Amino acid sequence: MKRAFAWAAFTFGLVYFFLPLAGMVEFSLKMRRGTYSLDAYASVLNDPQFRATFGYSAMMALLTIIFGVVLVVPTVFWVRLKLPKLRPVMEFITLLPLVIPPIVIVFGYIRLYNTSSWLPLTGSATGSDILLMIGYSVLSLPYMYRAVDTGLAAIDVRTLTEAAQSLGAGWITVLAKVILPNVLVAVLSGAFLTFAIVIGEYVFAALLDRPAFGPYLVWSGGNKAYEPAALAVMTFALTWACMALIQLATRFSKHTRMQPK
Amino acid sequence: MSFLTLSGLQKSFGPNNVVKSFDLDVQKGEFVSLLGPSGCGKTTVLRMVAGFETPSKGTISIDGQDVTHLRPNQRNIGMVFQAYALFPNLTVAQNVGFGLKIKGVSASESKDRVADMLRLIGLPALGDRYPFQLSGGQQQRVALARALAPQPRVLLLDEPLSALDAKIRVSLRLEMREIQQKLGITTIFVTHDQEEALSISDRVVVMNAGIADQVGTPFEIYNQPKTCFVANFVGTLNTLEATVKDAATGRISINGILTTLPAPLASGAAIGLALRPESVHLTQRTEADITLPATITSVHFMGSVIRVQATAAGKPMALDTFNRPDTPPPLIGAAVNLSFHPRDLIVLQG
Amino acid sequence: MPNLRKLPLVWLGAAPFLIYAVLFLLLPTANIITGAFFNAEGHLTLANLANLFKPEIVNAFALSIRLSLSSAVFGCLIGFAIAVAVSLGGLPPRLRAVTMTFSGVASNFAGVPLSFAYLATLGRVGFVTVLLRDTFGVNIYGLGFNMISFWGLTMAYVFFQIPLMILIITPAIDGLKREWREASEVLGATHVQYWRMIALPVLWPSLLGTLALLFANAFGAVATAIALTGSMLSIAPILLFNQIRGDVLQDPHLGYALAFAMIMITGVSNLIYIIMRTRSERWIK
Repeated sequence: MKRAFAWAAFTFGLVYFFLPLAGMVEFSLKMRRGTYSLDAYASVLNDPQFRATFGYSAMMALLTIIFGVVLVVPTVFWVRLKLPKLRPVMEFITLLPLVIPPIVIVFGYIRLYNTSSWLPLTGSATGSDILLMIGYSVLSLPYMYRAVDTGLAAIDVRTLTEAAQSLGAGWITVLAKVILPNVLVAVLSGAFLTFAIVIGEYVFAALLDRPAFGPYLVWSGGNKAYEPAALAVMTFALTWACMALIQLATRFSKHTRMQPK
Repeated sequence: MSFLTLSGLQKSFGPNNVVKSFDLDVQKGEFVSLLGPSGCGKTTVLRMVAGFETPSKGTISIDGQDVTHLRPNQRNIGMVFQAYALFPNLTVAQNVGFGLKIKGVSASESKDRVADMLRLIGLPALGDRYPFQLSGGQQQRVALARALAPQPRVLLLDEPLSALDAKIRVSLRLEMREIQQKLGITTIFVTHDQEEALSISDRVVVMNAGIADQVGTPFEIYNQPKTCFVANFVGTLNTLEATVKDAATGRISINGILTTLPAPLASGAAIGLALRPESVHLTQRTEADITLPATITSVHFMGSVIRVQATAAGKPMALDTFNRPDTPPPLIGAAVNLSFHPRDLIVLQG
Repeated sequence: MPNLRKLPLVWLGAAPFLIYAVLFLLLPTANIITGAFFNAEGHLTLANLANLFKPEIVNAFALSIRLSLSSAVFGCLIGFAIAVAVSLGGLPPRLRAVTMTFSGVASNFAGVPLSFAYLATLGRVGFVTVLLRDTFGVNIYGLGFNMISFWGLTMAYVFFQIPLMILIITPAIDGLKREWREASEVLGATHVQYWRMIALPVLWPSLLGTLALLFANAFGAVATAIALTGSMLSIAPILLFNQIRGDVLQDPHLGYALAFAMIMITGVSNLIYIIMRTRSERWIK
């Protein structure tokens, strides 16, 4: 009886998740009348708008990741090494983006950094791009921080740092050659997750009026028939790839990561 | 007529024969320990008695009733687990009263019984605490009270002390034994700790690779081990080799010294002999003693007992002597004559 | 001299991050919150909050809360059932690993593409709609179903709520000790009694906490709803979205009040989650 219930629950989940995915795939193949074809995909790939917006979002994701790593890794390292009292504060700050709805954060940006403010970031395209990237880094902060913090928890930061310093290494060398390689897997996990979050993000990009992939998706949904399904399939594949890469990185780390005592 | 009977028990998981053939008769009110290294099948035997595993072969009966195929909740058995088995969402009193509630015992009757049990385990004031507020030792006492509250026919203890600190382990095992004797409840106790098993049991079953090697009182198990495994697993042992001169009279030769064993031997050219460290002495005590020249290699002062290691005829020998304030222990490197009485020799089989 | 200089230097290491957090997380949020309590002339007032009780805003919040609650409850129940099934149900262990990996993907597959998947499946010419109509002769749109509706949106939300539930509740289920089940069994309890008296009460704080988290998760979601309903359905985040885009409320400070109310709701939900989590961690160690 127990096993029957278990199979029933599992099968229900399978159907619930399989049907929309199947529907999405099936629909994306129906562009040509009467037969299945990849026309919708060809149409998407040939759309210069798609290439422009996708390229823009991919670039944004990359910049967000770099910005996030440069900001988070040294900070987490420093807090662990010199300011352990600050850890609860860090925990709280990095939890906030999960508590405050993104739409409220971007609302605050628009009010605080508009053309008439002391820092008129929304006044120019570059300024808006910077604000969007920073906004994305805030969205991914909870994941990035936790990944790096867990990664650093597994190694003895103090001993490694002191050992490197006793051999004459400076702070930059310590970070780049000692700390970063040891948290590389954590950083990679955070990076792929950031990519998955950023690539299709809508609210920030739409409200800051940037030509990103998310607004393009919504536009496509309102104006095309089969292309949205093809876009959804591609986004799903991308999300899946990001998660697969995280798993791969984690598995890889089990062989290379220094064993904690 | 024994109260709990296990006969011809076998259990295999796939191709693994964990319990090969196990027979045991336990008298009413008896405290029997299953002793053995991990993987010897002792826990599996206990879990079969509890009903968590179904035997591949054999039967289990309690008080004349065949329970082999009864579910665990129909057996009326009490069990204490290794650790952390208290229900975390219930208070101590609710934990102890759980079995009574399931049985449908009235609230007032259950309350009295719970209070009795908490007094029995010496924690009468902790009824309203939650398990996470108790120490490990207190938790295991509550677990004992919870197992005993519904007045089970048999009590099963599955290494209940192994997760505790050494000091509490010793005091709690004595307390458990006291409670067991007070209630006169038939008990099976599983442990890998030989000292634990010897100190509180009426009888000990030494298990090895799915078989009971020897069943006996702690005195018998320790002094007359029947197999090499039992002799080695229980206590420390010195081994000697001897040549048989005359099997019928028990005449043997150790290092060229002729002596006679109290019992006749099966015929053979060479036999293995064993000696407990407390049977070896630094001085010759009687005429019958055999002496071996030896060199002291190390001295461990452990308090009331001093454990001395020596080399005799190229083999290591351990001996225990009591501490005497007026006699300092021998020095390392000193040449001594070790002596023992031939009747203390244990003949090893297999 | 070294002592005097040591303290500021140590803090300098954390300064970039703290400045970043203040500028792009704390100040913007504080700006919205304080804005909710001032009028256009810069005077302290509660009028903005009072204005939230206009029927259109109250209705939007009511709809948002109903939507978030129903998607959270369904996500919780179904996700819990699946998590129990793959962890304790005696299914092949591989299924559990597959389920966990898939949950990681599906919980991140939200927003615009998710709504496309649902439209392609249950829209007027969607895969399942057509399949039911042509093969089984059941016209679900004729029966009153509409993807662009409360229940349609709930179904779409549940798609990312279930995997989130599975990811969060599975560790709690793993925390149920085998000994608890066995101890209850030897004491005479049946499986049902074990679940009713031990397992569910132990999991209760986790379940309640995760429900609050799923609620907040759905409450802040905007993109799925916009892509699915084209900002037609008047839920609180869409109202705020439209307000930011074009001041549809004719009162910028009402927008602050709206955002403030949203922070309050998601804040309280998250607080419940954190409190419940600490409670269950006290038990399961």
